[in-house]
Amino acid sequence: MDTDDHEMTVTVNGVNFQRRVESRTLLSDFLRHDLGLAGTHVGCEHGVCGACTILLDGEPVRSCLMFAVQAESREISTVEGLAGIDGEYHPLQQAMHDHHGLQCGYCTPGILMTMTAFLEENLSPSEEQVREALSGNLCRCTGYQNIVDAVISAAKRMRG
Amino acid sequence: MSTRTFGEPIKRNEDRRLLTGQALFIDDVELPGMLHAAFLRSQVAHAKILKIDVSQALRRPGVVAAYVADDLGDYWKPGPLLVPPPPIAGIVFNQRTQVPLAKAKVRHVGEPLVMVIAESRYIAEDALDDINIELVQLPAVVDLEKGLSAGAALVHEDVGSNVSAHVHQTKGNYAAAAVKADCIIKRRFRYEHGISSPIETRGVVAQWDGRANQMTIWDTTQAPVFVRNGLAGMLGLNERQVRVIAPFVGGGFGPKIMMFYPEEVLLPWVSMKLNRPIKWIEDRLEHFFATTHERGQIHDAEMALTRDGRILGIKDVFLHDGGAYDPYGLTVPINSQCTLLGPYVVPNYDSAFTQVFTNQTLVTPYRGAGRQHGVFVMERLLDFAAHELNIDRTEIRRRNLIPADAFPYKNEIIFQDFQPLEYDSGNYEPVLDMALEAIGYKAFREEQAAARRQGRHLGIGIACYVEGTGIGPYEGAKVQVQSNGKVSIATGIGTQGQGHFTVFAQIAADQLGVAVTDVDVVTGDTDQFYWGAGTFASRGAVVAGNAVNEASKVVRKKTLKLASDLFECAEEDLVIEDGKVSIVGIPEKFVSLGDLARQANPMRGAVQPGTEPGLESTQYFGPPRGATANGVHAMIVEMDPRTFDLKILKYVVVHDCGIVINPMILAGQIQGGVAQGIGNAFYEKLAFDDQGQLLNASLADYLLPTALEVPRVELGHTVTRSPLNPMGIKGAGEAGAIPVGPLFAQAIEDALDLKRRGVELLEIPLSPSRLFELTRHAPR
Amino acid sequence: MKPAPFKYIAATSLEQALSLKAESGDDAKFLAGGQSLVPTMNFRLARPAILIDINRIEGLAAIRPRDGGGACVGALARYRTLERDSGLKAMFPLIAEALPHIAHPQIRNRGTIGGNLSHADPASELPAIAVALGARFHIQAAKRERWLDASDFFVGALTTDLQPDEMLVEVELPLPKPRAGACFTELARRRGDFAIVGVAAMVTLGERDECTHARLTLCGVGETPVDASSATDVLAGRALTEETVRDVAASVQTLIDPNGSVHATADYQRHIAGVLTERALQTAYQRACNGY
Repeated sequence: MDTDDHEMTVTVNGVNFQRRVESRTLLSDFLRHDLGLAGTHVGCEHGVCGACTILLDGEPVRSCLMFAVQAESREISTVEGLAGIDGEYHPLQQAMHDHHGLQCGYCTPGILMTMTAFLEENLSPSEEQVREALSGNLCRCTGYQNIVDAVISAAKRMRG
Repeated sequence: MSTRTFGEPIKRNEDRRLLTGQALFIDDVELPGMLHAAFLRSQVAHAKILKIDVSQALRRPGVVAAYVADDLGDYWKPGPLLVPPPPIAGIVFNQRTQVPLAKAKVRHVGEPLVMVIAESRYIAEDALDDINIELVQLPAVVDLEKGLSAGAALVHEDVGSNVSAHVHQTKGNYAAAAVKADCIIKRRFRYEHGISSPIETRGVVAQWDGRANQMTIWDTTQAPVFVRNGLAGMLGLNERQVRVIAPFVGGGFGPKIMMFYPEEVLLPWVSMKLNRPIKWIEDRLEHFFATTHERGQIHDAEMALTRDGRILGIKDVFLHDGGAYDPYGLTVPINSQCTLLGPYVVPNYDSAFTQVFTNQTLVTPYRGAGRQHGVFVMERLLDFAAHELNIDRTEIRRRNLIPADAFPYKNEIIFQDFQPLEYDSGNYEPVLDMALEAIGYKAFREEQAAARRQGRHLGIGIACYVEGTGIGPYEGAKVQVQSNGKVSIATGIGTQGQGHFTVFAQIAADQLGVAVTDVDVVTGDTDQFYWGAGTFASRGAVVAGNAVNEASKVVRKKTLKLASDLFECAEEDLVIEDGKVSIVGIPEKFVSLGDLARQANPMRGAVQPGTEPGLESTQYFGPPRGATANGVHAMIVEMDPRTFDLKILKYVVVHDCGIVINPMILAGQIQGGVAQGIGNAFYEKLAFDDQGQLLNASLADYLLPTALEVPRVELGHTVTRSPLNPMGIKGAGEAGAIPVGPLFAQAIEDALDLKRRGVELLEIPLSPSRLFELTRHAPR
Repeated sequence: MKPAPFKYIAATSLEQALSLKAESGDDAKFLAGGQSLVPTMNFRLARPAILIDINRIEGLAAIRPRDGGGACVGALARYRTLERDSGLKAMFPLIAEALPHIAHPQIRNRGTIGGNLSHADPASELPAIAVALGARFHIQAAKRERWLDASDFFVGALTTDLQPDEMLVEVELPLPKPRAGACFTELARRRGDFAIVGVAAMVTLGERDECTHARLTLCGVGETPVDASSATDVLAGRALTEETVRDVAASVQTLIDPNGSVHATADYQRHIAGVLTERALQTAYQRACNGY
């Protein structure tokens, strides 16, 4: 039985990759196991928990609901690309650290990708807006309060 | 002068790896030649197995093997009993533990029948469809009362009934007390707790190295040491040949300490057989069946009181759904039984429960571990008593609180640590007062009336609880000053996000005068630390933390001794801070910790007999019994009186967990616990049909609270030291989750005026639809 | 939860996509946003042998003005595009009000109008809104095309009138009448969940603020969107009063036959349908009066 394989090219965190993938390989599995970028986590594989959120051409999407082949010629950003080359935190990473916005850390990459994109669009969010933006990411550890504080604090810092 | 870190909101050492996607979780383990496992699981709750045919699966390209129970030979056996029944007179306990693969019978949906090994998980799942199974379905035992009635199908035929256990505990004489009562409140309660549903499911990777004769197992377990010991025994290996590593774990909450899950038992065996590394990662659908649950209890409870609201006694008979097997003994219902007593004086108590075998997934502790159920019964009985006796609900609680001078307070009945329940310390009234102040209880009645005039329905709830924490047996820690001056800690427990890398570092940092960031902590690797029990029952900080403290103190002593020999002065003349030991008043006379550590391990020369090299110590700590924390939750809700939609306007927790190591981490634990409590009270319900089928096995329909359902939690603290450990600390991991059910019931009754309308909320979880059904015939 | 194998083809043109579908019929499915399809594939509830990815077809996402007023929205238009289109939202306040209830931002970045409408989930908001707005669907096959009213498109739960070789390519939305007020409201357990009940109400007023026209559509209470506009007949030519609104709500409750679910009993759904009808009508009426 031959598998339905496709050649593909994709840019992840600014680096170009060429790979041969089976059509049914989920983008989440491709990133994690084919490219070794295991920072994107898998929580449900049905599009609810948000742990697998990455940026596709700058927009947060659930990588468990895309096939790797669909990312052909697209630009993907994952959590590994968030900090600077010298390890300098994105303001939201710093704020999450300062405000204890993570406990087990499993949902954290998905939240970082969702909320950094959110902050690109809205640098003065109200708490309600932050919670709405966050509502597509499930966290079972923190109760969300510190994450909300982290986002609001990062926004303030990014406003300058 | 370096500041003390103990008690400070120190930021976490572990964050960088987690924030940058560099932390190793189980599915990140990639090994050359690794194969993948998938399990064919029963789709029905109760059936005889007639035939399993894997031949077609074996023909699929990429499939390496497929195993059924018979293929395991002597390796197939029921798992060990983890928690024996406590020493309670008259106890009935029928031990029936889970098996690696079902043989002859399946006893719950999700029980594994076949294990397929393939080149990828995708192919392994393809192969599941190739397998031919013939089952004869049997009636499923789901309802607890029906399960105990004559003629019910039997989960384990050889038991002769569906009784897994029966326990009767008494204190004083309830019957005599009830005769003297002015008021008896009697009700039937149903409490269902849900599933832990951490964002990371379970997983196991097993790697047998035939050349090194070494088995390495990565496992999302909360108890790596016990897993190592048990699996070594099962596999016929020496303990030293088995290394269990619990990597970063994405949320534990209890079910990840259950052992031995079939997958834990099977993967290492397959790895030895095939001489290849094997990985299994539970998917979310599996998690609903393959990881343990908590579920429900039915309580027939009564409380006898005087007319001024003092409790004379409580009698409670309850049924507990244990699931198809009972390897975890009676921990959950014993917790219910003991935690029901709460912070109150209950002179007479008669509590009996039957743990029932059902054709459902096993029930083992999930954050709260049965305490929720007991607290619900007590708090509701007090609410109904308050109404009947026309006493304010907070006043009736206040009148029954154990007074501050009554500690240690003996509650006599046996707790999950096998000791008679004894509250070590506590001062309950100030906690209640603080909570009432913070929620604005006095002013609320007027606010409520004013809101009602505007058509808004506000309600308030108050709930109190005592939580047994920090139980034994023990934990250990090895603390070592390294030759670079940094400190290394190793301990046997694992970590699932509760900040061990920081909290333990703070303890050592204070003793050894180093920065918290210069202390690295290794947890959950049995090659790094041999002994321990695990993270459960809110015991990590208490038990392992105290072990770290003891070891650090010894290392401190060794350090000072070595430095005093070096400087030829008295130890009292020395000070350790900023990574250096110096003579008091002469800071230029110093030696770095790193230098001392090097000196403590000479490369040449002779040492004194009895010398131990290095600045290192391994110490153990085991408390005589569990320390009791306590708290009060208070909440104001607004209900839409037509849709029964609910909004939390204000949520307060006042909590006493003794001395606090890191208030920031403590606050996070409480906030997270409250979120799970809110889920339990109003959103999460496992919906089974009468054949044991779970109708909502997905995160789309099993509703975890999001950032829009969880409010800010305002926290307050009081501190009563625990006398049971040198640091005076108590556990706090479960506190947030425990009293939320009765809090919701009380606040909703208040908002919707249900007492006046004759409706009582006797069950959890609630939901808008359920509230509609319960109130639809009540007067407006 | 990995999907079963399939053959994947990224169509580069509508012609190619339609011709592939004509060849394979029900063995093939179109892949648009994937937010409904891929979960079912990961659960292995859906196992299409062929997946025709239509995301790269030019022009399929276009939004253009409609002859005679209103807008034509390409099937591949993402929810997110609509959220960012203030002109479109101003023209169709019902859509604007419903969008925040549809799933979550990450889903809305990928999910498409065409995908959602073709999936026809009974609890989904957009089908009900399409019916409420009197939308007309442009459907194409390799060698034919047709237009169909939204109310004829939804045939049953997860079932549309689409033939095995057809694709919904565009949704035509006529402009609401002048002096129309609209309101969409829904009840769900959590924001973004499928509606337990959703109500779309549109009220058009005459010179004396009397109702000249009203539309009421519900989601979540039947196999398809329920057009309960007949319940509003009692409003014709009159101003809205508390009593008439209650009558309409009671009438709606008799028109629907909800199934119940793990989240809500059928009776609760019926009860909520009444409550939300009252609230939606009142708000729609207010907005019409205020010139919203």
